[in-house]
Amino acid sequence: MPSLGSDMEAGTLVEWLVKPGDRVKRGDVVAVIETQKGAIEIETFQSGEIEQILVKPHSKVPVGTTLALIRTDGEAKPAAAVAAPPSVPVGPPAALPAAVAVAPPRRAPPAAPSVAPGARISPAARRLAEEHGIDLAIVTGSGPAGAITYADVERVLAVAAPEKKRAAWLDLEAMRTAIAAAMARSKREVPHYYLEHQVDVTACEQWLAQKNATLPPANRLLIGALAVKAAALAARRFPAFNGFYRDNKFEPAAAVHAGVAIAIRGGGLAAPAIHDADRLSVDELMSSMRDLVQRTRAGRIRSSEISDPTITVSSLGERGVEALYGIIYPPQVAIVGFGKVVVRPWVVDNAIGPRPVVTITLSGDHRVSDGHAGALFLAEIGKLLQKPDKL
Amino acid sequence: MSTIDIRKVLQEELNNIAPEVDIAGIDPTADLREVIDIDSMDFLNFISAVHDRLHIDIPEVDYPKLVTLDRAIAYIGAKLASSKMPNVAKAT
Repeated sequence: MPSLGSDMEAGTLVEWLVKPGDRVKRGDVVAVIETQKGAIEIETFQSGEIEQILVKPHSKVPVGTTLALIRTDGEAKPAAAVAAPPSVPVGPPAALPAAVAVAPPRRAPPAAPSVAPGARISPAARRLAEEHGIDLAIVTGSGPAGAITYADVERVLAVAAPEKKRAAWLDLEAMRTAIAAAMARSKREVPHYYLEHQVDVTACEQWLAQKNATLPPANRLLIGALAVKAAALAARRFPAFNGFYRDNKFEPAAAVHAGVAIAIRGGGLAAPAIHDADRLSVDELMSSMRDLVQRTRAGRIRSSEISDPTITVSSLGERGVEALYGIIYPPQVAIVGFGKVVVRPWVVDNAIGPRPVVTITLSGDHRVSDGHAGALFLAEIGKLLQKPDKL
Repeated sequence: MSTIDIRKVLQEELNNIAPEVDIAGIDPTADLREVIDIDSMDFLNFISAVHDRLHIDIPEVDYPKLVTLDRAIAYIGAKLASSKMPNVAKAT
């Protein structure tokens, strides 16, 4: 049970998507865990064969608990005497390095997992379907080898009962508790400094209008994608704003995983990562953002997305106000804020004219950087936004 | 497709974005983004869904014509009426 935040002590395993004997590769989703941030899909970082499942569904276990054993491809089958002693989950193949937080109790009964006859249907999915009278024949599986997962049944339920569309386990109260803990810790421990920079985004608006005119709605871009790309590129060039402050020292990150702040209807907030945001094209970034927003609001974030953002970008979009001053999400060391675009009088070539202007802010961690470096970083984002075609 | 059908389609798609809002009860002349609290990503998803369902082109420059439920119904109604003559400019 890995930790997805320093305030997390335990997590509840909701469902296994694999069983002993299944082959998995790095990045496969193997289990679902319930946390204050909603259900998190846990990915394995280890390729191999599932040797043994150690934690049963609906169990709440502390962070650090071994959830399952994976035999890596190079490893020989151990002798019978050594083979996975159930009470000693140490030594053998690597544990799943994935983790989570405290969670409210599940309402599903902790029934013993029933044996799926032939068809690959997870026990939790089968139970959910039985509870709601869903015929499993109409459910399309999205798990390994087409296995039907809890989420697949949920999707069918969502169609059948639109008023229940929000995932039952997206607990906004628990999410608020998690936000409060992280933000209080940040305000306690992180010496913030704040900078702001107003940037003319005429070039972005013109480029977007031209590009979007040729695209169907599904492929159109929003200025938010340009904002994230520019911030990610700047973070690559200014490593003091991209990484983690842990154990009294700063560890710069090798990649830029941009956490994107996503508001959840009813008053929640999450900032899962878009991996390698600096290397994605703007189109790829836009489609990743749409996918991430949709999954976050449905309560389906993956473990790696929640645990590894290296910097956060928060954008108010077209509504709201002109500027926001973010609070750094520990152990990150910077958050970049984009206000809404407003038309303001602006001086260009010694003449005043109306221009679309956005206020970009930086909250930086004084343990790692200072205002001088922060100003250069923020100015770099502004410069990058002048050439949207190069982003 | 009648006006009532278009209204139903739009209400269903808005309900997908804002499941907790009673879409039938909102003021059809109010700015949708304000009354049901949707952001630019939600609005883009709404436009995409309407595009896919009704097979009409909704260029970005026309977004301001769809900001209230009544105006969206009128816009889409006109689009559908002229869809058999795609090269004819939409009547005002």
